[in-house]
Amino acid sequence: MAAFVEFLPYIFSGVVWTIGLVAGGIGIGFVIGLFMAIGQIYGGGEIKAIIHAYVWFFRSMPLLVLLFLFYWGVFPAIGYKLDPLACSIIVLGLRSGAYQSQIFRGAMLSLGDTQLLAARALGMSELRGIFHIVLPQALRISLPGWSNEYATMIKDSAITFTLGVLEILTRTRYVVMATHEPLIPYFFAGGLFVVLTYAGSKIVNTVYERTKTPGLVGRL
Amino acid sequence: MIAFWDTFLPRIFAASVITIELVVVSVPIGVALAIILGVARVYGNRPVSLVATSIVGIFRGFPAIVTLFIIFFALPDMGVYFSSFWSAVLGFVLVTGAYQSEYVRGSIQSVQTGQSLAAQALGMSKSQEVVHIILPQALRAALPGISNEIIYLILYSSLASYIGVEEIFGVARSFNSLAFRPIEIFLTAGLIYAAIATVCFAGFRMLERKLRIPGLEAAR
Amino acid sequence: MVLKVEDLHKTYAGNKVLNGVSFEIDRGQIKVICGPSGSGKSTLLRCLNLLTHPDKGRVWLEQQEITGEVDDVNKVRQKIGFVFQDFNLFNHLTALKNVSIALEIVRKMKRDEARDLALKELRKVNLADDAHKFPAELSGGQKQRVAIARALAMNPVIMFYDEPTSALDPHLIGEVLDVMKKLAQEKLTSLVVTHEIGFARSVADEIMFMGDGKILERGPPNQIIENPKHEVVQQFFKRINELYRRNE
Repeated sequence: MAAFVEFLPYIFSGVVWTIGLVAGGIGIGFVIGLFMAIGQIYGGGEIKAIIHAYVWFFRSMPLLVLLFLFYWGVFPAIGYKLDPLACSIIVLGLRSGAYQSQIFRGAMLSLGDTQLLAARALGMSELRGIFHIVLPQALRISLPGWSNEYATMIKDSAITFTLGVLEILTRTRYVVMATHEPLIPYFFAGGLFVVLTYAGSKIVNTVYERTKTPGLVGRL
Repeated sequence: MIAFWDTFLPRIFAASVITIELVVVSVPIGVALAIILGVARVYGNRPVSLVATSIVGIFRGFPAIVTLFIIFFALPDMGVYFSSFWSAVLGFVLVTGAYQSEYVRGSIQSVQTGQSLAAQALGMSKSQEVVHIILPQALRAALPGISNEIIYLILYSSLASYIGVEEIFGVARSFNSLAFRPIEIFLTAGLIYAAIATVCFAGFRMLERKLRIPGLEAAR
Repeated sequence: MVLKVEDLHKTYAGNKVLNGVSFEIDRGQIKVICGPSGSGKSTLLRCLNLLTHPDKGRVWLEQQEITGEVDDVNKVRQKIGFVFQDFNLFNHLTALKNVSIALEIVRKMKRDEARDLALKELRKVNLADDAHKFPAELSGGQKQRVAIARALAMNPVIMFYDEPTSALDPHLIGEVLDVMKKLAQEKLTSLVVTHEIGFARSVADEIMFMGDGKILERGPPNQIIENPKHEVVQQFFKRINELYRRNE
């Protein structure tokens, strides 16, 4: 037990890496997801098909498989020697993009045509209408889905231990190997993840409450 | 060149059987646990409900891999030994049961209170009311969420390879370290997972259609 | 004596909903409760079959004091047939199964026996042909008739109707009232909360007018409707009679 306490700071410093993974993954996923959602709703047949295939691919493969596929296979094949952290962030981001695109798509669809029609009636181009009128509302409706995505991502980040990324779980494993005491370290790690999840959800909830516009929630 | 596929494919298909076994065993027990937890949280008295909520909180909050590590590596220190396969089953049952119980709980609460009143007015006891009136409606409503979780289970079963289960990803990983053909190997592995998931998805759609009661969705 | 109510009081969400209600119903009697909304009528019914509990007062069902120590509240409820304003049919069961399920689970009848009895009750309410339909496939009037059949099947000693036609479209009210009238003519002891004055006039033995949680006036239908003594009751029926006469 005493041995483990020494290693607490070491495990704890993994939190920074975990947050980095999550921030990077959700950030990349956000951009990808947003464009794919717009493409899926407003795009033509081929665009829709490509997006459909992308979403299917990244949602039907286990994260583990995707990590190894890209780290050992895809990136070397196209000539990039990526370190585990960067590769993990990219894969998490590509995958999150697939999930987030469905969140945004659902949110935008729930708004219906009327918002965009009104915008265009005022003389905005389709693109302007989407960005200035539809998106802000859709983004807010998406907040609960995001909260979910964040919670999932926090836990998925732990899987990057398989590539050796120095996040919470990887460090915990090293500690376990050194101290031969698995119980407390793993519970501690689990607890860290719970706290991170809770803190993040709380933040998203606060944003949700603060940005509440009367009447908008009705559609959910 | 061809010799690779001759050795790889049989091994990976054999491993697919293990993956399917893992899922087939974990799912029914997980669903049962989800129903127990959901009912406990809605109808249980304070201590029961508190215990159920804590269980759900822990196993939704810990990354699944951490749960697996605790069961497989930490429990033996306390004298509890499970084989790789059964450790994985126990871990997945707890995790999927916890996630699914949220759907069960939500759908129980969404059943109209009038149903409850009518059951009581006819002289049904609480347990009769829950078993014959509430749960049949709640579980139908929870089915989409539950089947979603089961699809996730199929994909996350890949984690079991890290506690010694000879399933699809584990075999892919060992083959890759010997043959080093990452793209073919991991793509194949991924596609097998995708295939299993797709079959299950179709199966659930059929089940949902069979169980559909005319107008039950509208009645909620 | 089938039902005896003595000095019932109930406060709900800060309001005194029942403020000393007392009455009695004998076998074969049909009594109607009417009055303005919010006068405590629904709460009264739910206190009587113990879906809610009164704060003060006593209730007897056939010699048993149900507000005292009761071994099995479910057994008490089995003796009362309750028809809700919103029907509350079991959505996942066919009309037939709605009627038979309590027979199977609560009275422990065999499936075939329960099914036959259920069909008999459905026939009584003219719905035997729709026995295999689900509630969502039925009209409001059909749903309420199934609800009545469901309550009847348990062979209750008294029927409670909680505004049975208030949730129905006007053209469907008649079919439900016809069933209720038929049952009343068969002398099925009933307590009916309703706005349907015509129904009360034709089958009720007594109307009890409720207001502010109390029974303000009671008496035979014609007396209450034509010649009420209490001021509030007079006001109420003056308007109703105006509308009534306008529609005749």
